[in-house]
Amino acid sequence: MTIPPQQVPVPDLINTGALSEIIVDRFSSKVTVDGEGIALSIDLEHSEKLADICQLLFGELDFTFGGLTVEQHPVEWHLRYLFLAPRSGWIQVVLRQPLDVTTISSVSAVIHAADWHEREAEDLFGLHFKDHPRLGDFILHDQVWQEGVAPMRKSFDPHQPHMERRPNLEWKPLLVVMDTGAFAMPVGPVYEGGIGEPIHFMLETVGEDVIRAVPRLFYNYRAVEKIAEGKAIPDALLLAERFAAKSAFAHSLAYCQAVESILRIQSPPRARRLRVLLCELERLRHHAGTIAAICSSTALAVPAAHASIIEEQLLRASCQFSGHRYLFGLNTPGGLLRDFDTFALQALRASVDDAAQQLRVLEKRLQFSSSFLDRLEEVGIVDPANAQSLSLTGPVGRASARQYDLRRDCPYADYEHYDFAVPYESEGDGYARLRVFFAEAYQSARLVQQAIELLEEGPVLHPISEWRAGAALGWAESPIGATMHWVRLDESGKIERYRIMTPSFTNWLGLHVAVEDFAFQDFPIILATFGLSATECDR
Amino acid sequence: MSFWFLHGLRNGIQSSRYPASPESAPGVSSGRPVTTRFASAAEASQVAGICPSGVLIASGEVVNVDLRGCIHCQRCRFGSPQNMTWEMDYEWASMALGRNESRPFPVAYRRSLHVMVVDAGDCGACLHEVQQLNNPLYNMHRLGFFFAATPRAADVLLAVGPVSENMRGPLLKTYEAMPDPKRVIAAGTCAITGGVFGNSFMSAGGVASVLPVDLEIPGDPPPPLALLHGLLTVVGRKPPSEREPYFKKGA
Repeated sequence: MTIPPQQVPVPDLINTGALSEIIVDRFSSKVTVDGEGIALSIDLEHSEKLADICQLLFGELDFTFGGLTVEQHPVEWHLRYLFLAPRSGWIQVVLRQPLDVTTISSVSAVIHAADWHEREAEDLFGLHFKDHPRLGDFILHDQVWQEGVAPMRKSFDPHQPHMERRPNLEWKPLLVVMDTGAFAMPVGPVYEGGIGEPIHFMLETVGEDVIRAVPRLFYNYRAVEKIAEGKAIPDALLLAERFAAKSAFAHSLAYCQAVESILRIQSPPRARRLRVLLCELERLRHHAGTIAAICSSTALAVPAAHASIIEEQLLRASCQFSGHRYLFGLNTPGGLLRDFDTFALQALRASVDDAAQQLRVLEKRLQFSSSFLDRLEEVGIVDPANAQSLSLTGPVGRASARQYDLRRDCPYADYEHYDFAVPYESEGDGYARLRVFFAEAYQSARLVQQAIELLEEGPVLHPISEWRAGAALGWAESPIGATMHWVRLDESGKIERYRIMTPSFTNWLGLHVAVEDFAFQDFPIILATFGLSATECDR
Repeated sequence: MSFWFLHGLRNGIQSSRYPASPESAPGVSSGRPVTTRFASAAEASQVAGICPSGVLIASGEVVNVDLRGCIHCQRCRFGSPQNMTWEMDYEWASMALGRNESRPFPVAYRRSLHVMVVDAGDCGACLHEVQQLNNPLYNMHRLGFFFAATPRAADVLLAVGPVSENMRGPLLKTYEAMPDPKRVIAAGTCAITGGVFGNSFMSAGGVASVLPVDLEIPGDPPPPLALLHGLLTVVGRKPPSEREPYFKKGA
């Protein structure tokens, strides 16, 4: 294995003010340092400069693209392009446009990772991105809604179930490969007896190899961002933890941290430590489940059964510890809803140690299962350059040499006090991803132990006494990757805008790179090694 | 690779004995609130006020629970000085609202039932609990239940999620493709009442607004054993939950 050089940390461009100077010099744009969880905010009045700034941040400085947040203010659109500077913090490029200007130049040509974000904004806000190669049918499926509905605009009332609709029932998926002998195999949205998530894949082929794989997602789109608007903080929290259950705690944590930073409160030290513990418990459980799915996709029944037993044991341990199998109802802005006694903590520790021990046994045996390894090695390769241009995140990114982890790069809760490694691989194939899942699971078990050892007595909840208007970014490294929640509150403490940027959304865009040019029968295996959640992407 | 064979043998049978005997392992169910009596009417109405989905209904000193809509947020369990009693059972499946008589399948289905699952806007929790039925710890095959590969071979449609608009068509098509006799189970609070997603332009607010539902399995999510209880109920091997599932407001 070749180990790439350690990611060169960007010389502290942000804190020394060097980046601000470059931006002011080159683009004469306003640069502010703001406290909304964001290190630097670059103000743009004209969209011509946008592509050049994106080229500087993404192309030259190799910042990660986090996502695009569109906000509709009374007289202006604010388009917030979020970037992560390694180990320095978040940078936001804010483009302001009058409300009647709905055409914006696309940055997808510079930032491939922005492709889906622009398609989403086009579909939901009715904005048009000039020169974007493929707009139209995306989140609102054309068989259900006509183009131009724009449900995220403030004037749209989400609680009217029956709207005037002119669905295009003749809608057909776009085929890319057209040649003699070429055919397309549609998969989904109800497949595998329905126990898979609803996704539609159009696998285009000329025989054995998949030439193009076009996923169609958003069957589970429930407009979480829209129905959260106008809700009180505790009610929107229910949505934050229930839109994607497999990483519920990480999402509720990102939401709570955003609210806490708007209200300028800090949760007590014990709560922050318990949050680390619960995050890692969730990651361990998620990775055990993903390992089970990978084994079962290769039809290796015994380890699949064993890994799913480990997963179920962790679900039971989570339930015994916290009262809920998926860790719902624990986080709240200001801390945790409940405390845990020493007895419960020790019981959890024993379960986690046991799970990690069993995973080690499993990994050792899998390393000698040649037929299993044949299905994973050099299959579904995402090379580091592609991973970079798509800003892939989480274990999938780390298996392609992207050493990003918000727990280390932008510590939240109290991750700065822990000793842990961020495992990564550079091959970018299915086996690299499997190794990353195993290695991260062991690290999570270590973190749970450390959190229990470091735990100090104290309160777990800082009660919220008053509301403030404002906006902030909350983030967490969910089991699938980096998740960012942008929350804006109005004066009465109600949600004005809630934007959820999920790792599955980012990584689904990258799946096609891994699938193309591999055989049909590899497809379910590649899908399993990505460990993605459709419902987290759909929201 | 014979070590896998030995590995499997060494681990032995780990499946639950349910329904022959109750499952007692801790953590198999998140539990749910049950009717609780408080010291005073004021206390009762205070506890009932905590519930974000409004399913705690105080009448005098007693707080009843509309179990169909409980989302297990645990705020009435840990969130106040006086808390509701939570029961850790799991036999939760009950007849759908408005359906008085059960329509069990003919006897031939009792030990051979093919289940079609449709995820219609679910958060992943209910679907994951459904997948756990294939976990060796639950192993629904031992009871003669199987996931059907296609709706043509299915007897029961197990729908999870509040029915997102984009999934309404696929859900209906799946139902129509199933041969008679067929039954529909709505699993999870979202599939019953819409849950936190409620009624909106993108959520139909439950499976019943799209399909005739026979059986409801409340829970957010219902644990695997509650789902097993639902399947056993639909073939007549278990009676539906005895607990009155619904209390009218003000009753």
